[in-house]
Amino acid sequence: MLRELLLPRRLVMLGLLAVIIALVVAYGRWTWLGEPKYQALILRGIGNTLILLVVTMVLGMALAIPLGLAQAVGPWYLAGPARAFCGVIRGTPLLLQLFLLYYGIGSLFPGIPGIRESWAWPILRDAWYYAILGLSLSVAGYEGEVMRGAFKAVPHGQLEAARAMGMPRFTIFRRIWLPQALHRVLPTLGGETVLQLKATPLVAMITVVDIYAVASRVRSETLITYEPLLLLAVVYLGITGLIVALFGWFERRVPQKTA
Amino acid sequence: MTGGSLLASTLDLLAIDPPGWGAVLLLGLWHSVLIAAGAFALGLAIGILGAYGKLYGGPVAKDLLAVYTTVVRAVPELILILILYFAVTDLVNQVLLAMGREKMQISGIAAGIIVLGVVQGAYATEVLRGAILGVPAGQIEAARAMGMPPTLLARRVTLPLMLSLALPGLANLWLIATKDTALLAVVGFAELTQATRQAASTTKAFFTFYAAAGVLYLALSILSTLVFAWLERRARRGQRPVQG
Repeated sequence: MLRELLLPRRLVMLGLLAVIIALVVAYGRWTWLGEPKYQALILRGIGNTLILLVVTMVLGMALAIPLGLAQAVGPWYLAGPARAFCGVIRGTPLLLQLFLLYYGIGSLFPGIPGIRESWAWPILRDAWYYAILGLSLSVAGYEGEVMRGAFKAVPHGQLEAARAMGMPRFTIFRRIWLPQALHRVLPTLGGETVLQLKATPLVAMITVVDIYAVASRVRSETLITYEPLLLLAVVYLGITGLIVALFGWFERRVPQKTA
Repeated sequence: MTGGSLLASTLDLLAIDPPGWGAVLLLGLWHSVLIAAGAFALGLAIGILGAYGKLYGGPVAKDLLAVYTTVVRAVPELILILILYFAVTDLVNQVLLAMGREKMQISGIAAGIIVLGVVQGAYATEVLRGAILGVPAGQIEAARAMGMPPTLLARRVTLPLMLSLALPGLANLWLIATKDTALLAVVGFAELTQATRQAASTTKAFFTFYAAAGVLYLALSILSTLVFAWLERRARRGQRPVQG
């Protein structure tokens, strides 16, 4: 790894990169990074982005498993709606889905009499929950399709052996079918998590304060065009590296027999 | 409001003629399709060059292409669009000023095509590289042995043979292109999502318009899926079907 980086042409490229970074740091306007107000906002933004990513991946996968199962082996009255749901989610832009949920459905609620006094109103008013819902449904739609393939790809012999041992259906699912399907999709899931990370800045369009919203605020308050965007790119590159490393570690933990 | 009058007012809102917003939405859809098609074509051109560069280029070209595809695929499209949008408009104006011309406003459609095209190019590079690797080596070697020059070889052998392998990936890219046009709403282009936002905030009928736009996007994606399925069948004609 290090040896490959020390090839002459790569040393030249690294040198160029260092020069570019030095120029950007020296000539860019970075004073806003020193202000405590913005530092706190940036930390909060990164935190919110990470929470959104983890929560929606978990909720989305929890929905994707039944969706995948319904499409793979379900009866027509379950497979049909599941397929339609995945088609609609995958066929329309996420930005539009978020607008439809927050501005569209959100604008219908105030018309219901008495809702402003009910316990649910603070939740129905808060963009954060619409963001969680929208992103989770998006994960469910894309991952439901992935899980469909994964459930189908588990070798028949495994399930037949379990049935021959007299295992109840739910135990087969819990001990054999689901673990093997999940193991199969682990590499795909890493890539999908990176895609989901790249989808999170869209929630800023419905007033949620993630790292992208923080950078937009810095841009509009300080009238600096490029520097906050560069910071954003670096933050997302960093989180992407983290996800790739995490999934790599996870995959190595599960031993795989290679032919 | 009863169900009947609700339906009537919805139809009024979506009517093509001016008090309705149907024409605005359809124009937005047309812009979206135009930008997506342009970006897809530009991405395909970048992708073909990039794939050949990655496979047959010199070491420096390979490294540079690796940096391009990695960075573009790791940074959110929304941020790339903002950076590229400001950078491209800045650059064009600098060049115009240096040539002693006046500054100009770049048309939204052109900027959208360039920005999305650069993003698409990174993904297309990877799709096409994989597809070219899938072409049997013997075919290319045979063509070389016959003394075909490289461009003729690419045009007559490599590109037609890899088409059937690349089409599923390219179909995905096209669908991503149509959906990514929605992101251009952020920089204020009058594509479908932006037009919908305008219509919705003017009439306060948020749900109606976002649902209508969703139906339009969905129709576009279903139609595209059908067209690509037909293209793939065409590209695969003459191939032996896989025995299940």
